[in-house]
Amino acid sequence: MSSAGEVAVRQNSEIVEQALGLVKTAGADAADIVLVRGRSLEARVRGEVVDFVKQAQEQVLGIRVLMNGKGGISSAVTSTSDLATAALEQMARETVALARATEPDPSAGLPSDGFASDWPDLALLDADDRSTSADARIEDARSAEAAAMSFDKRITNSEGSQVGSDFSTVAYGNTAGFIGEYERASHSLFSEPIAGKGENMRRDYWMTASRTLAGLQSPAAVGRVAAERALRRLDARRVPTTEVPVIFESMQAAGLVRQLAGLVSGYAVYRESSFLAKHLGEMIAAPSVTIIDDGRLEGGLGSKPFDGEGLPTRRNTIVKDGKLEKFLVDTYSGRKLGFPSTGNASRGAGGPPGVGTTNLWLEPGSETLEEIIARTDRGLLVTELMGMGFNPVTGDYSRGAAGLWIENGEIAYPVEEITIAGHFGKMLQDIDAIGSELLWLGSVAAPPIRIASMTVAGE
Amino acid sequence: MSEGPNDPRTDAGEAANSSRDSALSFFQDRFDLDEQLLGAVLDTTLEREVDYADIYFEYTTQDSVVLEEGIVKSGSRHLEQGVGIRALCGERQGYAHSDEINPESMKLAANTARSISQSSGQKSDAVAVGARGAGSHDLYPMTLSPTDVGIEAKIDLISQMDVYARSLDPRIKQVSASVITQHRSILVANSDGQLVGDVQPLVRLNIQLIVEDPEKGLHEVGYQGMGGRYPFEQLTDPGSWKHLVDEAARVALLNLNAEACPAGTMDVVLGPGWPGILLHEAIGHGLEGDFNRKGTSAFSEMMGKRVASEGVTVVDDGTLANRRGSINVDDEGTPSQRNVLIEDGILVGYLTDRLNARLLGTAPSGNGRRESYADLPMPRMTNTFMLAGEDDPRDVLQSVQNGLYAVSFGGGQVDITSGKFVFSISEAYKIENGQVGAPVKGATLIGNGPDVLTRVSRIGSDLELDRGVGTCGKDGQSVPVGVGLPTIRLDAITVGGTSS
Repeated sequence: MSSAGEVAVRQNSEIVEQALGLVKTAGADAADIVLVRGRSLEARVRGEVVDFVKQAQEQVLGIRVLMNGKGGISSAVTSTSDLATAALEQMARETVALARATEPDPSAGLPSDGFASDWPDLALLDADDRSTSADARIEDARSAEAAAMSFDKRITNSEGSQVGSDFSTVAYGNTAGFIGEYERASHSLFSEPIAGKGENMRRDYWMTASRTLAGLQSPAAVGRVAAERALRRLDARRVPTTEVPVIFESMQAAGLVRQLAGLVSGYAVYRESSFLAKHLGEMIAAPSVTIIDDGRLEGGLGSKPFDGEGLPTRRNTIVKDGKLEKFLVDTYSGRKLGFPSTGNASRGAGGPPGVGTTNLWLEPGSETLEEIIARTDRGLLVTELMGMGFNPVTGDYSRGAAGLWIENGEIAYPVEEITIAGHFGKMLQDIDAIGSELLWLGSVAAPPIRIASMTVAGE
Repeated sequence: MSEGPNDPRTDAGEAANSSRDSALSFFQDRFDLDEQLLGAVLDTTLEREVDYADIYFEYTTQDSVVLEEGIVKSGSRHLEQGVGIRALCGERQGYAHSDEINPESMKLAANTARSISQSSGQKSDAVAVGARGAGSHDLYPMTLSPTDVGIEAKIDLISQMDVYARSLDPRIKQVSASVITQHRSILVANSDGQLVGDVQPLVRLNIQLIVEDPEKGLHEVGYQGMGGRYPFEQLTDPGSWKHLVDEAARVALLNLNAEACPAGTMDVVLGPGWPGILLHEAIGHGLEGDFNRKGTSAFSEMMGKRVASEGVTVVDDGTLANRRGSINVDDEGTPSQRNVLIEDGILVGYLTDRLNARLLGTAPSGNGRRESYADLPMPRMTNTFMLAGEDDPRDVLQSVQNGLYAVSFGGGQVDITSGKFVFSISEAYKIENGQVGAPVKGATLIGNGPDVLTRVSRIGSDLELDRGVGTCGKDGQSVPVGVGLPTIRLDAITVGGTSS
């Protein structure tokens, strides 16, 4: 049985050091430990009623053990939320036993050096936000919900307005001598109203997220935008199958950037599960395209001082003026490909390190969305994408879509129950307009973009 | 591997309701829980005016072994334990959870959960918790939990698959295989005095192949998986895993030569089994009780109305032995059921949890599920499938002059409110002049839930359930599910491809 008192008084770094000691005693040749502890609040208001309030204390500790073997290093990972000494001792023994059973891998192992030594304050939380009550956050949800519901009489119902706040500490240490920890917070507000009735009932949403409460958009603004988005979907039509220019709204363009990041992850590259695996140094996108990942943006939702292996995060230019400059790698996938780590190791307690992005964005251009629409004679503005129709191995892309139809440079009517399809590589090459406004709703952002031509399937 | 002397897991399978008994004794022994403590925690929750309260315990072990590039690179074991306490008050839910299971954390959580209600409760009799209202099913009795099988047997299995896959075709470039086993114990005590538990084992075997056509420089991927709530040994049958590898290779190599899928509206024949994901996306989610109670589903006002062609009957059945989507009891302790959703084309049933059943004025249907103790239960599907019809599947196929024959799918998604759904095809062929023709790839099917089953014009006699690979996501929670379908014909469906 775990003991609440024992855990509460110990500092995170002490627990990490204790766990490192336990795995060494159990026979590990090398190891690392990640510990995430925090508390969270989620609440939803629907109409005038609080739908749910959910609060939690959470902690999880992840162990990775590395054993020297013939021609390489074998490894195992385990995790537990029971931090009592007896539980950790047992987990340490089991991890060593598991690692002994797996096979040596010549590329496995901790980074040999280059660990983060000092880092700037990344403004990952506002300490004053800790004292904000659950009721105050619920009040934000109420305000957003009220703003959405009262915006227009055609707003008939809702899936609710939801708030979330969490504070957590990440501590990481390894047997190569690194130990560090940082605190972070994230706060969000999300509103999802429904417009119309019966068969013409449509939902949409809007949201805001930030490291600080002060950084959130006002609840009234979130509710209003959500209502506007739901309303503009009413009386949608289908369109005949055709080929037209397709404009991706910021949120959808960010989705494309996220998919691109998956294609340049070191793991996808060495596994040959990315169609970009052999295209480093080549023009993979239009010359206007520059994509950057930077783990040290002040207040960024993807910011962190060190990555999942204790290496410093940094700024990496992935695509520069259309040219693929860099794959994102951690130590392992970097060794497989012959590159040093880019500081992109992502490590949850529940698994071995992988590659993750930090703050990832597409550099904005100079046109407003309105200007891009105005110079689109006939086309589609995509406001929602559905389904998983993207094959990273081949680049085939085909997804369900909803949005606004453009005729003569103006929004003509909403459309739905259509698909857009193309080849992802060609879509990147065909980007012929990039908007000027970068919208951060999470750790990935993009301005609106236009792709010169895609197949739209409808009636 | 050992979990200590109190671990009851290897005793499972000896008696009827072995899962329930195992879960009860496991939690009682490991965390010193007894009826008195559970009653006291529920009493604390009921000091406010709440309609219902429950305590949910979970202890889950998940192991996985992954092979890639011919090496078993890593093994893993994850333990997840926690307790969640919920108070229901009208349509409001208060919930608090902790990953420490002890009297202090439970009382703290009870105080937090009950704050959903501002008014004091009427002091009634203390809750007397007893082992009542237990499930009558014993759908997955097992003498050896799959997480107690040694890692060596798992390594041996995926290593054999790797060698076999590499022997099949020189174009196979990358093989990755994994085996995942899970042992999940749950216990629910509620303010009605019920105390119900279950032990839910789960196994899963996956193979992914990347193939290359060196002349064209093309790559393709083939993926297959299988699993369920059955003993690990069942995965080691060479007939089963070889078939899985053969299928992954066949589909990957087929897609190397596949043409771009045509775009537009056409007649579509769906093959049996996994294409039942159509029912899950287009129908199932829209019939979950929460959306209908709130009036936010495209099906909200359609009870008793025709939503499918005559002859179409769709059920959600959590009581099938050893299936991935099956559960003895749901995560609120309600025994699983066979629920008819659509009967001969008419909408007749919703899927509910306790909260939504009460608000809809029906009995809970045994579909209150949650991913873990850190989540609130919601109405969720189990195994969702269409009953077989009378047509010979070959006749169904030959009835289409020009169209698409879709044999397997990737994932899908639905917008509950508009009813629009989409899913991605992973194996499909053109139908030309009544004959199955060239393979096509990269296609998506899109449609409208309340409308799509009215387009069913033929139903085959060959109902198949999937191989046990489905995972359903809703509100950020994932739960294992199953689907099934006979061969069916759908008239005039929109296919999203790139070729005109």
